[in-house]
Amino acid sequence: MFFKLFVTFTRIGLFTIGGGYAVIPLIERDIVSRGWLSKEEFYELLSITESLPGVFATNIAALVGYKINGLKGGAIAALGTIVAPFAIIIMIAAFFSRFQENIWVTKAFKALRPAAVALIVAPCFSAIKANKLTYKTAIIPIVALLIMWQGHVSPIFIVIFGCIAGIIYNIFKEKNKRR
Amino acid sequence: MIFFRLFWVFTKIGVFGFGGGYAMLSLIQDEVVEKNNWMTKQQFTDLIAVSQMTPGPIGINTATYAGYTALENSGSSPFVSILGSVVATFSLCLPSFILIILISYFFSRFRSNKYFAWAMTGVRLLSVALIGLAAVSLMNHKNFIDYFSPLLFLGALFLSVRYKLHPVFVIAVAAVIGIFIY
Repeated sequence: MFFKLFVTFTRIGLFTIGGGYAVIPLIERDIVSRGWLSKEEFYELLSITESLPGVFATNIAALVGYKINGLKGGAIAALGTIVAPFAIIIMIAAFFSRFQENIWVTKAFKALRPAAVALIVAPCFSAIKANKLTYKTAIIPIVALLIMWQGHVSPIFIVIFGCIAGIIYNIFKEKNKRR
Repeated sequence: MIFFRLFWVFTKIGVFGFGGGYAMLSLIQDEVVEKNNWMTKQQFTDLIAVSQMTPGPIGINTATYAGYTALENSGSSPFVSILGSVVATFSLCLPSFILIILISYFFSRFRSNKYFAWAMTGVRLLSVALIGLAAVSLMNHKNFIDYFSPLLFLGALFLSVRYKLHPVFVIAVAAVIGIFIY
């Protein structure tokens, strides 16, 4: 059982190429088809993961593992998502500098870098859509960006500020509704 | 003590890293590149490119890599450097793991907590800024070396936003172009 849980999440860890939410259908298929969780239970856990900090794949693994088999299950499932990428990155870290001296690799990386930056910008668009940003509300993230970028304020403060501002805003909204 | 420092920094990132891997990148880059100099900006960009092609969540990849280079740069042997990776990756996952255990205990109460939901609406709005920060701070002369660079940037952005091309292919196309033009 533990072994199966571990292997399942190792596979899921391996398939998270290019980051993020591509794993959802994969996990769903593996977990639900094995009868470990019902579809509804899985979506319930998924909604919790969205408001958790940290690594998405590891978090959903820990939640599913915990639900199936308690603390041990959670730890083993989370560990499962980590092992494969961990081993691959260690290899790369150990040999990357030598590998980079290769002329072809150097050339490829000159073009890769701007493309990699573009791949960070791309999720911005989906985040803008998900938040239904208008020209008015877009001011908030833009100001936050400038404060962090030009003012060298740590992103941690921005996260804390976002939490507090979200609470204050909704308290006022609720008060206005009552009137 | 570099192990303690790694533990502290990545626990912080694990606590405040909301909004998924890309939003977390700005936090990682602020701590790992700017504050602690565990890797250069260029190394960080390269790592992101590599992360797009290799399996694994981007947060795990950067933690593992940063842990390794932090110790390697201070003159440690490969074996000790791997321990750095272990510490960094473990610390990154620890806070949310503890949270998950707490949530599983107090599930019903957590779910109905409106303050928590409200806090999340605020953070979600700012995740756009967090992702943007990682991008703008990497737009420098080391990564954008000539007139081709902005073209490659726009091309990659277009392919990925408009045509939803998978990151692996975007990176692969850029690599092939690089070999031809440079």
